[in-house]
Amino acid sequence: MSQSVMFMIDGVQVEGRAGQSILEAAGEAGVYIPRLCYKEGLSPHGSCRVCTVMVNGRPMSACTSPISLGMIVENDSPRVAQLRRDLIEMLFVAGNHFCMFCEKSGDCELQALAYRFGITAPKYPYMFPKREVDASHPDIFIDRNRCILCGRCVRASKELDGKNVFQFVGRSAEKRIAVNGEALADTDAAVTDAAADACPVGAILKKGVGYVVPVGKREYDDKPIGSDIEAKRPAAGS
Amino acid sequence: MAKPKIATTSLAGCFGCHMSLLDIDERILELVELVEFDKSPVDDIKNFTGRCAIGLVEGGCCNEHNVDVLREFRRHCDILISVGDCATMGGIPALRNTVPLRECLDEAFVNGPSVHNPDGKYPDDPEIPLILDKVYPAHEVVKIDYFLPGCPPTADTLWEALVALLNDKPVELPYQLVKYD
Ligand code: SF4
Ligand code: SF4
Ligand code: FES
Repeated sequence: MSQSVMFMIDGVQVEGRAGQSILEAAGEAGVYIPRLCYKEGLSPHGSCRVCTVMVNGRPMSACTSPISLGMIVENDSPRVAQLRRDLIEMLFVAGNHFCMFCEKSGDCELQALAYRFGITAPKYPYMFPKREVDASHPDIFIDRNRCILCGRCVRASKELDGKNVFQFVGRSAEKRIAVNGEALADTDAAVTDAAADACPVGAILKKGVGYVVPVGKREYDDKPIGSDIEAKRPAAGS
Repeated sequence: MAKPKIATTSLAGCFGCHMSLLDIDERILELVELVEFDKSPVDDIKNFTGRCAIGLVEGGCCNEHNVDVLREFRRHCDILISVGDCATMGGIPALRNTVPLRECLDEAFVNGPSVHNPDGKYPDDPEIPLILDKVYPAHEVVKIDYFLPGCPPTADTLWEALVALLNDKPVELPYQLVKYD
């Protein structure tokens, strides 16, 4: 049993275990901290900053910051929400997100976050970058128009599949996801890989299964992302 | 008291958002009790007859005519609403935004597999509005007050937003009514 660590989130005392990140400890206590590049079972990456919280008054990524005794975390406040909203809006204008025909729509974590934050349109101008699609593989395709550079595919391939199919290349605005070969078909990527299920958006998808779930029955059609975590929160006063 | 006026238009859109408005079914009878339609394809009034309380804009701007109409809507409407994904983010017409304009025109008028155009010229009749370098969401051209995304936004989304605004209430749509698809 690891040692218990008491800390505060939004004025409420929370008990975590030594070594946990703020995001994990909060989640176990039923406090949802929005996230995109974090995925349970993968090492944290700390790149999207959507999990930003104020720790003792300073912005930190909750997925990479360990809890400590007496730490004061601000999660559900207008200024933190504004930071996260801005990040989500930037991700929408930085790529080409045509949700109206995207197979991931309704199950997409980026879109679901925008819904949760009540975003109806981003305040930034759309960039409409030119991005490449790789449909060479018989069972999986990459549509970089929708890639948010979260690195979940990179980590899933390396850490869970024991392969090294995906990797980042380039820097800044040129940064993109690349594959270990001329095209995805030249790699050892398989449809059964964890990496094929790791993408939070519609940038890595399986072929032949698009639109199987009808509108109205998809993951985030009726309940906001994070509802499952919030359902674990003990009722007030109990 | 005179009924408030509503104006609607379809710019670079497919009229799907207008169809969704008609999809409010019998509530359309309630709507005409609440408002009078001014410039709109619904009643085919071509020019504004006066100040409008609400303007509904479907579609973004792909040519200079769209820009003129959008600016006219901004001048005549107290509240201007972007209706649908095309007005909000460019939508399907904006798929051309990652392709240089010359390549688009060449494909459409010179090289396309079904094109017959022996002298290889682009149509340039002065009646044809000049195409823009790319498709712009409405709010990148004029100030927009509210956004109702969706392809199209559902009839319930449009109805709830209109009823709120006509009753001077804030537009606070439930989670299920703000969707991007
Ligand atoms: S990846 Fe998500 S946000 Fe992007 S187009 Fe698809 S559904 Fe929309
Ligand atoms: S392809 Fe998907 S999982 Fe990989 S970096 Fe892009 S968004 Fe993340
Ligand atoms: S989830 Fe923490 S930085 Fe992305």
